[in-house]
Amino acid sequence: MANAKSAKRRAVVSEGECVACGCCVKACPVQAISVYRGIRAVVDGLRCVGCGRCAAACPASVIEIREATA
Amino acid sequence: MKKKVYDDLWVLSLTYLVLGFFNILFAWLGLLCFFIPLIIAVGKGTKGYCNRYCGRGQLFGLLGGRFGLSRKRDIPRWMKSKPFRYGFLAFFLVMFVQMLWNTYLVFAGATELRQVVTLLWTFRLPWHWAYHGTLLHPGVAQFAFGFYSVMLTSTILGLITMALFKPRSWCVYCPMGTMTQMICKAKNRGENA
Repeated sequence: MANAKSAKRRAVVSEGECVACGCCVKACPVQAISVYRGIRAVVDGLRCVGCGRCAAACPASVIEIREATA
Repeated sequence: MKKKVYDDLWVLSLTYLVLGFFNILFAWLGLLCFFIPLIIAVGKGTKGYCNRYCGRGQLFGLLGGRFGLSRKRDIPRWMKSKPFRYGFLAFFLVMFVQMLWNTYLVFAGATELRQVVTLLWTFRLPWHWAYHGTLLHPGVAQFAFGFYSVMLTSTILGLITMALFKPRSWCVYCPMGTMTQMICKAKNRGENA
């Protein structure tokens, strides 16, 4: 895990499949995710720490934790 | 996140289900779960009801989460597909209209009041103990029986998918959720999403 510190992990929402229920919002410990206009969840990439709690809570399982490419 | 007062609305949902066993007329209160989400979606263009206030979602979250009554598996792909979600909404609405029609027939005097709760649109459970007669028209009670059937049926479906999949998997195919999301999409069309 040499690059564990440098590789930033963050949540990514599959856009078309999100039901905008807001379960992820309640699960997030750092308020990095919100529901945009009742359409879908949006992740604030600067705040997200990639903990994966939203992905675990998501009833539709449409959130993935990925390593940021940038 | 700091706990808010509205995080305990599951108490109301549970109370609602219990009250229906004692006096069916309480079923009318369920209309709140119908109109509030729609008013928020139409008025504000958000799913604030799902996101914050839905007591049923909280109840599933509590039972499946803290009480561990959920396998916490992924929901099958078809259950989160748009055809299924829209199809279930359409089915739900047709059944709802049929329920309204039955209510109308009682109001019109064409049929007698049926003191039954219909589960899963199929099974008719005798429910006469929860009706004690009233000064109101029997049609008022017929609507209550019908509406309580809708609420109990959807709760049972939600409990089943809660146990099989993620705690709040009902939210994926909840007709109210699908409807409010559709309203929000239509209302916010053209916004930079």
